[in-house]
Amino acid sequence: MLLLTCPWCGPRDETEYHYGGQAHVPYPEDPAALSDEEWAQYLFYRDNPSGPYAERWSHSGGCRKWFNVVRDTRTYDFLAVYKPTDPRPEIEVTR
Amino acid sequence: MAGGDFGAQKEWLWRSAEPKASYDAIVVGGGGHGLTTAYYLAKYHGITNLAVVEKGWLAGGNMARNTTIIRSNYLWDESAAIYEFSLKQWEQWPDELDYDFLFKQCGVLNLAHTLQDVRDSQRRINANTLNGVDAEWLDPQDVADFCPIVNVSDDVRYPVLGGTLQPRGGIAKHDHVAWALARALDSMGVDLIENCEVTDFIKDGNRVTGVVTSRGRINAGVVGLASAGHSSVLAAKAGFRLPVQSHPLQALVSELYEPVHPTVVMSNHVHVYVSQAHKGELVMGAGVDSYNGYGQRGSFHVIEHQMAAALELFPIFSSARLLRTWGGIVDVSPDASPIIGSTPVENLYVNCGWGTGGFKATPGAGFTLAHTMATGEAHDLNKPFGLERFVTGALIDEHGAAAVAH
Ligand SMILES: Cc1cc2nc3c(=O)[nH]c(=O)nc-3n(C[C@H](O)[C@H](O)[C@H](O)COP(=O)(O)OP(=O)(O)OC[C@H]3O[C@@H](n4cnc5c(N)ncnc54)[C@H](O)[C@@H]3O)c2cc1C
Ligand SMILES: [Zn+2]
Repeated sequence: MLLLTCPWCGPRDETEYHYGGQAHVPYPEDPAALSDEEWAQYLFYRDNPSGPYAERWSHSGGCRKWFNVVRDTRTYDFLAVYKPTDPRPEIEVTR
Repeated sequence: MAGGDFGAQKEWLWRSAEPKASYDAIVVGGGGHGLTTAYYLAKYHGITNLAVVEKGWLAGGNMARNTTIIRSNYLWDESAAIYEFSLKQWEQWPDELDYDFLFKQCGVLNLAHTLQDVRDSQRRINANTLNGVDAEWLDPQDVADFCPIVNVSDDVRYPVLGGTLQPRGGIAKHDHVAWALARALDSMGVDLIENCEVTDFIKDGNRVTGVVTSRGRINAGVVGLASAGHSSVLAAKAGFRLPVQSHPLQALVSELYEPVHPTVVMSNHVHVYVSQAHKGELVMGAGVDSYNGYGQRGSFHVIEHQMAAALELFPIFSSARLLRTWGGIVDVSPDASPIIGSTPVENLYVNCGWGTGGFKATPGAGFTLAHTMATGEAHDLNKPFGLERFVTGALIDEHGAAAVAH
């Protein structure tokens, strides 16, 4: 069971949260200009690293706000938790 | 039949080979799909200067971790074709490979708990029937007759409103399948190279010409990836992306019991599936953990949910004791269908995205990947499952449609 810290509410059990996939995937600036290939990348392709991953979580069973974390997908350790408007923090990759 | 008893020792069945400098073809991943790919490359395409490279031990990945359910009751024509092809192979493989897999066609029963479930189920039965896949509707009394330990009373949160039965579905002993394939490959002169992790690819321009491994560089005319949950890690090393996400998926078994459970019962709505292994353990699985992960372990709350669901469906299991749980890493694609075909890198082919359900497709996955690696062209069975469908939009959306949520 993961223990994840909501930036607003503090540490809560993973069951209070909803997973939202990769963070920092901006909506296309000029959607009409996108090729089919670019749409495919935007809709269907996400990073899937074995290691640190910036991803979105929503505290759906609490304050209902979205936030970002960097989590190591090998160990499931949370390396950083930050607000959705903040940039991705620099994290030293160990191992 | 040779070696089909429970005591079969894998050491007697194949030699763990040393890598040669070069092969005509290399298959990355020594799970069921990789072994089958090699088997069909040798059998149908005459390629025997061939190696399967596996980072761990042979068939120690999802092949050893899955709950062994085999069925072909998928909704869409493209899926029905490849899964039913696979089921027909399962029916003849024990003879072909001269090995008893304990393939038990005890039927797979998918329960419906809501009116929408009932409608979806009946639609799927019609689709299956049109595709020549066996499928029957059971009402709650039929369910109780077929599997008496299922609780069909109204007095539960999600009463059983009926179910679909595929009588030809069932379970097989997964390790035996891998060992049988390994023995066949060994006898055909194919190298099975264990403890050999692919860490990079050798390329000439945009064409793959070999792999870099933890045991050195190996040249290859053509390379096929059958690395399940780790496919995107390998794709990234080859320089392209795959539209898959890797998730932990768990299963668990109870202590041994006398035979009480005559079939496989799956419930999409309350999300558990239960069968009884040949030895007697109750084998149970559930859904993936929501987050991405490579840790080969899952969340405890998923187990709690699946146990709650199992108990409501099978009150008789209330005193059953859990023996062990484990996790595998499965790669889920956006439409819950596999990806089998060419990649942006020449001579590099991929088989991935089978998510929670690729064991049953072991024959079809290997057959189509072998065909594509040997000829450079997709077979009719995997043509619809290419990467290009994410650009054309011709998705094969089996999410939920194929009798189980992903
Ligand atoms: C808990 C669980 C239950 C399941 N239940 C079912 C079920 O009931 N029915 C069903 O049809 N399917 C089921 N599945 C899914 C099924 O197990 C998989 O879809 C299928 O096994 C995938 O193909 P594979 O056998 O080749 O994968 P694997 O056996 O995982 O083979 C991939 C291999 O690639 C190797 N590899 C990875 N990276 C590298 C590298 N860099 N170099 C060399 N080797 C590498 C891995 O070590 C692994 O051995 C289940 C899966 C899990 C985890
Ligand atoms: Zn909160």
